[in-house]
Amino acid sequence: MNYNWNWGVLFEEQYLNWLISGFGWTISVALSAWCIAIVIGSLVGVGKTVPNKVIRGICATYVEIFRNVPLLVQMFIWYFAVPEMLPEDWGRWMKRDLPNPEFVTAVVALGLYTASRIAEQVRAGIETVPPGLSAAATAHGLSTAQTYRYVLLPISFRIIVPPLTSEFLTVFKNSSLALTIGLLELTAQSQQIAEYTFQGFEAFTAATVIYVCIALVATILMQVLEKYTRIPGYVGKEA
Amino acid sequence: MTDFDFNVIWSSLPFLWQGLQLSLLLTFLSIIGGIVLGTLLALARLSGIAPLAIVAATYVNLIRSVPLILVIFWFYFLVPLALGRPIGGFYSALIAFVLFEAAYYSEIMRAGIQSVKRGQVHAGQSTGLSYWQIQRYVVLPQAFRNMVPILVTQGIILFQDTSLVFVVSLRDFMTASSIVARTEGRLVEMYLFAALVYFAICFSGSMLVRSLKSRMAT
Repeated sequence: MNYNWNWGVLFEEQYLNWLISGFGWTISVALSAWCIAIVIGSLVGVGKTVPNKVIRGICATYVEIFRNVPLLVQMFIWYFAVPEMLPEDWGRWMKRDLPNPEFVTAVVALGLYTASRIAEQVRAGIETVPPGLSAAATAHGLSTAQTYRYVLLPISFRIIVPPLTSEFLTVFKNSSLALTIGLLELTAQSQQIAEYTFQGFEAFTAATVIYVCIALVATILMQVLEKYTRIPGYVGKEA
Repeated sequence: MTDFDFNVIWSSLPFLWQGLQLSLLLTFLSIIGGIVLGTLLALARLSGIAPLAIVAATYVNLIRSVPLILVIFWFYFLVPLALGRPIGGFYSALIAFVLFEAAYYSEIMRAGIQSVKRGQVHAGQSTGLSYWQIQRYVVLPQAFRNMVPILVTQGIILFQDTSLVFVVSLRDFMTASSIVARTEGRLVEMYLFAALVYFAICFSGSMLVRSLKSRMAT
């Protein structure tokens, strides 16, 4: 194996800027998608547990569709197929006038995909709340909406913080799929540096180190959150 | 949406079928390799030998914090360099998948091994079995059985993940669909069809998981 090491290439201004910009896109895609995913995932997850059969069916269908189609296919459908399927002027707007189309599409696709995974966690969280609590709420005369608002959701959201940590890490990793529709995020930039300089080892090492740092910071943040939200008396994860 | 053209799907079926075969083969070989290597990693982590456990844990945590696409790029670059000659995209992808998925399988197997009661191990020891005999005949069979639903679920995820070989243009089902979509100019039909095929396979898989779970619960 003969290979010319040149770590200096990472600190040449052009390539360093590529890495920084890639890092920025990775963070922005992941965090924006996470916001969408939390909101929609919570709604769908709650929807899977409500008494109304129609709502339950719609939410279950949502989860099955988004979980059983690879994210890459979803990304391509949002980017290539949806503009063609919409009424003509909407499609034209998406193709021509939408600012930052790759970014917006990646965020929407990743957000809706992650939402289906969060919905499952939320549903599981609500189902672990002992049934006595919602029975007690009903006995107090709380409506279904009030039962969710004051009893089920506050408890279940605190229970699901640990499983959400791994979803939070996954969203950063999955943001790399944005490169397939042309967004130059971290993985794409490292690949581009490898192609321009033939220093693949250095370029991929840089990306790997940055991803590991993102994972470490995200884990620490979630552990802090976990500490603040832990319900006294409940057993922590594998305590 | 104007005209939906089914003919383009029909006429490209043989080409797509070849792609699907490659996806399934890659999935199958990666599951086998991933489970074998993953089990070894799990045994290393639980071996009680500190250096071995640390190396295995570092490997698993490192792999689990980077995206699969980056791992695929790594091995496309590393494998020919290490061997001194190109060995073809399929084998580079296979190595990347086995090494990547092994980290996830090792976490599943670790949980599976820990779900076997300690008394089983003690019983094995008192009947005079060696460490490997205990693993082979007592612990691992039970660990596998407890983890079957999760192992299948991970297999479904792995099948979805194989679509990512698109980034290195290996001709799996996804890449084949995309080639047809672009050469025929039929993006809507081809990508919706690809979604439908993936959905049908993965949904059947998750149905299987559900029935396995309910059978095990009884």
